Amino acid sequence: MQSALSLSFSQSSLPLANRPFCSSNAAPSFTPRNLRFCGLRREAFGFSPSKQLTSCRFQIQNRRIEISASAGNGAPSKSFDYDLIIIGAGVGGHGAALHAVEKGLKTAIIEGDVVGGTCVNRGCVPSKALLAVSGRMRELQNEHHMKAFGLQVSAAGYDRQGVADHASNLATKIRNNLTNSMKALGVDILTGFGAVLGPQKVKYGDNIITGKDIIIATGSVPFVPKGIEVDGKTVITSDHALKLESVPDWIAIVGSGYIGLEFSDVYTALGSEVTFIEALDQLMPGFDPEISKLAQRVLINPRKIDYHTGVFASKITPAKDGKPVMIELIDAKTKEPKDTLEVDAALIATGRAPFTNGLGLENINVATQRGFIPVDERMRVIDGNGKLVPHLYCIGDANGKLMLAHAASAQGISVVEQVTGTDHVLNHLSIPAACFTHPEISMVGLTEPQAREKAEKEGFKVSIAKTSFKANTKALAENEGEGLAKMIYRPDNGEILGVHIFGLHAADLIHEASNAIALGTRIQEIKLAVHAHPTLSEVVDELFKAAKVDSPASVTAQSVKVAV
Amino acid sequence: MAVSSSSFLSTASLTNSKSNISFASSVSPSIRSVVFRSSIPPSSHRRVMTVRSKIREIFMPALSSTMTEGKIVSWIKTEGEKLAKGESVVVVESDKADMDVETFYDGYLAAIVVGEGETAPVGAAIGLLAETEAEIEEAKTKAASKSSSSSSAAEAVATSPPPVTSSPAPAIAQPTPVTAVADGPRKTVATPYAKKLAKQHKVDIGSIAGTGPFGRVTATDVETAAGIAPSKSSVAPPPPPPPAAVNGKATTATNLPPLLPDSSIVPFTAMQSAVSKNMIESLSVPTFRVGYPVNTDALDALYEKVKPKGVTMTALLAKAAGMALAQHPVVNASCKDGKSFSYNANINVAVAVAINGGLITPVLQDADKLDLYLLSQKWKELVGKARSKQLQPHEYNSGTFTLSNLGMFGVDRFDAILPPGQGAIMAVGGSKPTVVADKDGFFSVKNRMVVNVTADHRIVYGADLAAFLQTFAKIIENPDSLTL
Repeated sequence: MQSALSLSFSQSSLPLANRPFCSSNAAPSFTPRNLRFCGLRREAFGFSPSKQLTSCRFQIQNRRIEISASAGNGAPSKSFDYDLIIIGAGVGGHGAALHAVEKGLKTAIIEGDVVGGTCVNRGCVPSKALLAVSGRMRELQNEHHMKAFGLQVSAAGYDRQGVADHASNLATKIRNNLTNSMKALGVDILTGFGAVLGPQKVKYGDNIITGKDIIIATGSVPFVPKGIEVDGKTVITSDHALKLESVPDWIAIVGSGYIGLEFSDVYTALGSEVTFIEALDQLMPGFDPEISKLAQRVLINPRKIDYHTGVFASKITPAKDGKPVMIELIDAKTKEPKDTLEVDAALIATGRAPFTNGLGLENINVATQRGFIPVDERMRVIDGNGKLVPHLYCIGDANGKLMLAHAASAQGISVVEQVTGTDHVLNHLSIPAACFTHPEISMVGLTEPQAREKAEKEGFKVSIAKTSFKANTKALAENEGEGLAKMIYRPDNGEILGVHIFGLHAADLIHEASNAIALGTRIQEIKLAVHAHPTLSEVVDELFKAAKVDSPASVTAQSVKVAV
Repeated sequence: MAVSSSSFLSTASLTNSKSNISFASSVSPSIRSVVFRSSIPPSSHRRVMTVRSKIREIFMPALSSTMTEGKIVSWIKTEGEKLAKGESVVVVESDKADMDVETFYDGYLAAIVVGEGETAPVGAAIGLLAETEAEIEEAKTKAASKSSSSSSAAEAVATSPPPVTSSPAPAIAQPTPVTAVADGPRKTVATPYAKKLAKQHKVDIGSIAGTGPFGRVTATDVETAAGIAPSKSSVAPPPPPPPAAVNGKATTATNLPPLLPDSSIVPFTAMQSAVSKNMIESLSVPTFRVGYPVNTDALDALYEKVKPKGVTMTALLAKAAGMALAQHPVVNASCKDGKSFSYNANINVAVAVAINGGLITPVLQDADKLDLYLLSQKWKELVGKARSKQLQPHEYNSGTFTLSNLGMFGVDRFDAILPPGQGAIMAVGGSKPTVVADKDGFFSVKNRMVVNVTADHRIVYGADLAAFLQTFAKIIENPDSLTL
């Protein structure tokens, strides 16, 4: 948020002038918006140089005008109530709203539930709180690890309610931060379920508002396959699990993706035994195979975890009448019954389904695909006839392109760039992803098999560079030498295709690679950059240095070398 | 660091799993090489189809030029599992990194000779590969005869999930799961950790009666069946606490045995841990005890005299012990390795004191040489430091002999545990009027205390200790020498 604001001043005037907006209106709308903008800066940070104080006075006047304008429908300054209406105040909507204000758009955000959406209330945020606890428990219980430090700690224990409170307190705090940041910027937060009534027209509750552009950012809910009965006590989804109402002795986790894996980390640290049920033939599908192999060796095998792969949980019945939770497994391919499990609880982590029901998509002739709203690479919504719906965008989990909080936010920012006159296409291959187990897993770009497939198709060569955390001073100082970083790149031009890291603080280490991919930085350039010693970032540094690029270093890179 | 790591890195980056397997040979220093040794050369092997044994050994590969032995991190495949050429079989940790080792041949992993966590020299057989399923048994026999310590590999139990029962019906029909055992073949339900332990300890999980909820086999059941104390975890990975929250109530995770309701767990402080560690260590020393009654009338009289000058009873006793030790250096000796013992140049008397619920032994150095007044002064200083936790290590761990006095509590005699590294410890009881008969048969009442010395019998024998006590008693009974 802070960085966005610091940029805002210089940018505010330019794109506004260029906006493809009724040009006659541009001048009058420009001034008030700009002033309102100053005002929000003052509100947000409380600094008040004399110049801005004056502008604030203007701003107050201007607000009154705007209010009267919207009341007196069809005021001359505008033909819409808002420049941008965002349906859904999750992380995607929030990111879009902040950027929209920065760009000078009058913005409203509609939320039918709580601000913050899945990530803040039922996802990334509370799970990080639980994982922070599990990481510490794991360390304290690891006698060998403690001894290696010369530390003596005994009988590490935990208070379940205390852990649960930490998670809910964190969610509350972040939710308030999010709400305040939007309020401070002057974003109208409208309460009610939003639905699209027609082009540029949105309904929430009993109110109807118009907006020049509309972003759908309604997110997703846990996906529960049929046959599974969720009772919220013994058969649960991540929504329930994050409340940590109980720590079962034995819990089956259906699905071994990010969510399942993170919860296995939490539950095993708190004393549960875990059984994974995975439909694919391998645990942790979606990760680079080499990383998932290592992850299995570190995160699964030594822990109290077993697994069934290549099976579906066709039926799960909650514990009742003195019977445990029953899980029927069928072969994923032949569909024949394979096994029955009896466990104390089951967590359904089979992915997430888009939350797009009741959005009024039929009003604009948009047909969802498995619930997802079809969009093009600019997040513009595609209708049933394959045509773009003007002024309507969809970001985040609801479009299913990349179901990650920061991807939604990036997509939102991309949309705002577009509606303010700058064409922008988000490079999804530069969006990093992370799994916050202990140690963490992170990745950006292509996996090795994906890269090889692409290479074969497009006729280029692929090389792999690898480094181990075993050689990193900082990792060894922490007694956490277990880890691997792997880079997939083109030896002919030094393009980074993908980077995968498994090891201590991997989630924080990936950004050097993701930024390089986003900015198109080549290995031969970035390998000359300096890293502080001793830091974990040297793992990535070694990765760049280990790469063998055929072409000579670029001119700029060489000149840098000379300068050094 | 830079040099060693980069040499590793360059190898790693040049190698890629798929292409390497086909070219790997025992000559190449490649990190992914797998070495298989067949008793028959491959060419003849192909022709002679009737060859009895097609069992190959899987070797510990040389993963780096400096590697002499490797540790098996984990077996990716289990015994009896089918292997396809190019699949990873085992993960080996070398001096530099962990590497997957892949197979050259199709076949079955017949036997694991070197188990997870064990090490083997480069070139040693770590497992056996059978070409057909039929040969697995043969290979196992071979493995059993081959491996010396880890011969148990051959009798490894099936570790895969219990046999498939396609009829979940009986389980559902039963009124309560506990009575379920009665109606026919019911599969064993075992928790993930129980299965892991069963595999580790080679216990047949089907033969264990489960005592967990719904009759399931728990980790404790397996440990009991394997005959190991459940509390001691011999496993390499950290032992996470046993399942904690019963009925959703917040409980504290502990090791066995289970807590009584409402009991609380207080982690050891550093001092308590140190005491605990020392006490456990003391169990490895063979000790014996000798008690001795000492008349204290003269000592008490002396004490009354010197008390106003700041002399404490502790200083008197320490001085007396120091002087006695000077005449019996063997009691002041220590045996640290069980093979030799050392006469200590100094006589440092450690005195046990209870401080804030803890126990510490400040040391009066050169107790035999310092005079009473200096000793008393020193003692006060040490106690002050101990209270404020400012004792320096040499002020509490340089003792060569320990004195423990519980007389002031009215204790008449007790038994002390010998601290590791010392030859003897003296437990001093309270002095009290006692009726004694002298050699002429006359009764009199004398103040008497009993001292009881515990000594390391590897170096101090009964006669030594008796002679020492006699000297000590003489000094106490004629205490004038103490003030010299």
